[in-house]
Amino acid sequence: MAEFLIETMGFPAWLSWTAIAGLSAFLILNVIAGGALVFIWAERKIAARIQDRLGPTRTGGRFGWLQSLADGIKLLAKEDLMPDGADALLFRIAPYVSFCASFCAFIALPFAFDVVGQRLNVGVFFVVAVLGLEVFGVILAGYASASKWSLFGAMREAAQVVSYEVPLGMCVVVPVMLAGSMDLVTIGEKQAGWASNWFIFHDPFTFIIFWVYYTCALASVNRAPFDLAEAESELVAGFHTEYSGLRWSFFFMAEYGSMFLVSALAAILFLGAWNGPIPVSQLLGLSDGMAANAPYALRLLGCINLFLKATAGVLVMMWIRWTLPRLRIDQVMTTCLKYCTPIAAAMFAGVMLWQLFLPGGLIAGSFQNAAGVREGWLEQSNNQDPDNEDALSDILPSRRIVEVSR
Amino acid sequence: MTFVLCGVVSVSHYLVVGAVLFTCGVVCMALKRNALGVLMGIELVLNGANVNFVAFGSEYLAGDSRSVLGLDGEVMALFVILLAAAEAAVALAITLNFYNNHATVDVDRADDLHG
Amino acid sequence: MNHEAFGLLANLFAFLDWHEFFFLLFAGVACVAAVMVVLSDNVVRMALHLVLSLGATSGLFFLAGAEFVGAMQLMIYVGGTLVLLVFGVMLTAQTQLVALRTPAGDRVIAGILAAALLAVLVQAAFSIESWQKSGQGVATAPTATPLGMALVGVRVDQVAEENLVRPKSGYLLPFEIVSVHLLVVLIGAAYLARAKRRRVPRSVDLVASADSTKPRSSVAASSTLVAGGPK
Repeated sequence: MAEFLIETMGFPAWLSWTAIAGLSAFLILNVIAGGALVFIWAERKIAARIQDRLGPTRTGGRFGWLQSLADGIKLLAKEDLMPDGADALLFRIAPYVSFCASFCAFIALPFAFDVVGQRLNVGVFFVVAVLGLEVFGVILAGYASASKWSLFGAMREAAQVVSYEVPLGMCVVVPVMLAGSMDLVTIGEKQAGWASNWFIFHDPFTFIIFWVYYTCALASVNRAPFDLAEAESELVAGFHTEYSGLRWSFFFMAEYGSMFLVSALAAILFLGAWNGPIPVSQLLGLSDGMAANAPYALRLLGCINLFLKATAGVLVMMWIRWTLPRLRIDQVMTTCLKYCTPIAAAMFAGVMLWQLFLPGGLIAGSFQNAAGVREGWLEQSNNQDPDNEDALSDILPSRRIVEVSR
Repeated sequence: MTFVLCGVVSVSHYLVVGAVLFTCGVVCMALKRNALGVLMGIELVLNGANVNFVAFGSEYLAGDSRSVLGLDGEVMALFVILLAAAEAAVALAITLNFYNNHATVDVDRADDLHG
Repeated sequence: MNHEAFGLLANLFAFLDWHEFFFLLFAGVACVAAVMVVLSDNVVRMALHLVLSLGATSGLFFLAGAEFVGAMQLMIYVGGTLVLLVFGVMLTAQTQLVALRTPAGDRVIAGILAAALLAVLVQAAFSIESWQKSGQGVATAPTATPLGMALVGVRVDQVAEENLVRPKSGYLLPFEIVSVHLLVVLIGAAYLARAKRRRVPRSVDLVASADSTKPRSSVAASSTLVAGGPK
């Protein structure tokens, strides 16, 4: 897009890059903030319906859809309190640390083909890594509040997040292995076509590992039934007991931002990213899937697809929250160490073996990606240069993998 | 300070950052009485070394591709990160044990074997 | 006047290279935070500054084109090791231990030695001519794939070079050693930090804990929290 500004509008390079960077940041910020407003309203309505209530009904008309905006204005006007014994600096910056981590992770998240803040070669890894930093805000808040409830909440959060990063990382590696790239855009592209191309339907192991991923994601963003850090029945409100007003709402923006983020990541990694279940554009002959020069309308369609999938993920999280009771801390640890991690490891090995022995899928041809990969192999082996064969015989197989994965 | 702003960033600039991190780490290890402070000093030292490894390995920084470490620098940095994680885990376990036995984390108090 | 100011600003921005700007930003944050780690007495503040410093360093790695190492630094170092460290800090952070002061004399000596060391290192950094040439503008291929291949033993980045009749074996053996090392460390750390088996019979213990009105210390509570409850 910056190239477009430079070439056709004649803007100087520095101005276009800066403008585009600012625009991206602005859009991402709006996705988080607007998303939080909508999701908080949705959560209240869903919670109410599950508990046989009505939820907000008056603000802004029939469904109370302006309720969270009204809440936001109320929070802005609230007094910003700080406990006497608090560590002032740490107490003040903790919410921003949390929010920044959530925000930064969005930088590498593609919303459609090439609709991404910064396309990173190690996109998946970056998103998971930065998401893990959110815990620092919570730990700082817990420590700086000088309250034992906050401290307990922060300790639980630290233990939980560090533990759950292990199975989460293992689950994330599976789509990376199938796509042969850590680039989120590439991973999304590989799942173009019918819904059978989605990685969740690639083989039975990926189907199971998707649910493991979803569980771990739920735990790593501290949603019920894993919300021990803010367990209101035991710890008042956990790490944000002492917070009020705007700082408190920053924690919530971060939480809803991360919920959307892990759901979007699940959509990209397993649920076909921005590709719909039916390749409409392909069938109508509009384009070759999401090719490099896909028209903007198609990208917009991709954005809508991804938003729908991610929103569905978030709504399921809310459904779980209001359905399941909270786990005890030892049950949380048991779930992670005794169930999620071994299952993830076994599924990882299973996917690896599947790729090795059944790269074309059970019904040959129905998995176009796998077929493409196999053709790439054959092509490569046919094109071997006979002169260099001796010298390169040791490295050629791996070279082929690299070629295919690009 | 002309060297900082004299133009494009080169390996030397990275080495200066690495030197600062390394020095801070050494001082931290020597000065802190808190065992965890000493551990933080070690992390800083390792990180300073890492900055140097990455700088030497980066083709982007050193234009002459003959003189760069290439991939080796990055691989070394990866190993350093891994070993630092391992070292931190063990050191933390030792510190917590020390705290359980002595109810302090002051390394000057760890003189049980002092004759 | 306004126009002039805008032109000046534009010139300033055009002069400023974003790569250089971000290098200065990250380098500044890394160095200042590292110095703050040394200077602050409060161990929690030290941990926060360390997080800042290492996070900024990962930014430097991204700028140097080492994306994978940068992400690894964020994930393992900042997200794993430092969370663990902060966890340790909070387990042991009791009021008298939060700030352990060092004698002023030691600080002065350390300052002098540090200044000398820094002078030597900076001098060394600028002593070699070729280190000061910059290759900016050199298009570099992403290193994640070659890095992965190197770790399983194949140096794809050296395929083009002639000395590959006997290809270098890459880093398969160190990789294996490190993985075994990590396993050993995992077991060792779990053994060292395990919840101690209690000597007292359970019934006595229950009575005792019912008697005492004061809550368990945070250390005991948290160690059971890590270990998943006393066995």
